[in-house]
Amino acid sequence: MKKSTLILHIEAKTGKTKEERRENGKKSALERSALLKKSLRFDKAAYNRTLGEGAPRSPLLRNCLAAFLVGGGICLFAEALFRLFLSLALPDKMAGQTVSVILIFLTALLTALGIFDSIGRFAGAGTLVPVTGFANAVVSPAIDTKSEGLVLGVGAKIFTVAGPVLLFGVFSGAVYGLLYYLFLLIF
Amino acid sequence: MDLLFGLLKAFLFGGALCVLAQLLIDLTRLTPPRILVLYVVLGVALGALGLYRPFRALAGCGVSVTLLGFGGNVAEGVREAVEAQGLLGALTGGLTAAAGSSAAALCFGYLAALLSRGKPKRL
Repeated sequence: MKKSTLILHIEAKTGKTKEERRENGKKSALERSALLKKSLRFDKAAYNRTLGEGAPRSPLLRNCLAAFLVGGGICLFAEALFRLFLSLALPDKMAGQTVSVILIFLTALLTALGIFDSIGRFAGAGTLVPVTGFANAVVSPAIDTKSEGLVLGVGAKIFTVAGPVLLFGVFSGAVYGLLYYLFLLIF
Repeated sequence: MDLLFGLLKAFLFGGALCVLAQLLIDLTRLTPPRILVLYVVLGVALGALGLYRPFRALAGCGVSVTLLGFGGNVAEGVREAVEAQGLLGALTGGLTAAAGSSAAALCFGYLAALLSRGKPKRL
């Protein structure tokens, strides 16, 4: 939020202009500090409104179309690979995992070459939702933090996004496992 | 014909899941990492409710290659592990199911970092 907007915002909130506030200068220090407190009180609704006005409007339809085409295209490519592996007599599970690994490898390669960023900017959620989004979220901070060292730079920051994904995935899985175990015990 | 239909279904379902995420990004203030976490947890929930398997049978890679599939695999892995190992499986099943993708991302990510020059990200 710009500084001028903030001042306007405070004026609107307290209903005081510059002149009126100069008058306030004559009032006691106690009164003034009370007034300041009141004028600086954080109005969440008004703040969100101002924030919404300042944010750039993204063309929703264009974004959704790009996400649909690129995301669908990645899934189509994956399905074609999957069927190829099945026809090579790979078992179902292994074929699926191999497809994921290939997509992750391609993402790492394109990210390292600096191509993935521009694809991602165009596609939005189209590259985010397939496993490419997870892969990029791992590879990208790894590359960016190389200058901070291999252990506390790359090693730590590589989990910036993969960490939350693994944590919440594994945790909700464990909760489900506990419930399922109790279910098996009782029935 | 079956091949063509399978590819089309993967395209449509995969695309639709991406559009849903795009709507979440544009219309709410959810950031991409939150979307990833949301999809994984949603996938685990679908798997726990027994909905993931029929969904995958219908959409193929349209769902299995997404983060929803990642979560669904975790739930399936946990179920199998609990059936085989009892309560211990609740802990071992999830990471086992996620092992392939996670290890691939970590290893390729590290290699990419080693081989690249580590320029700061353009914003």
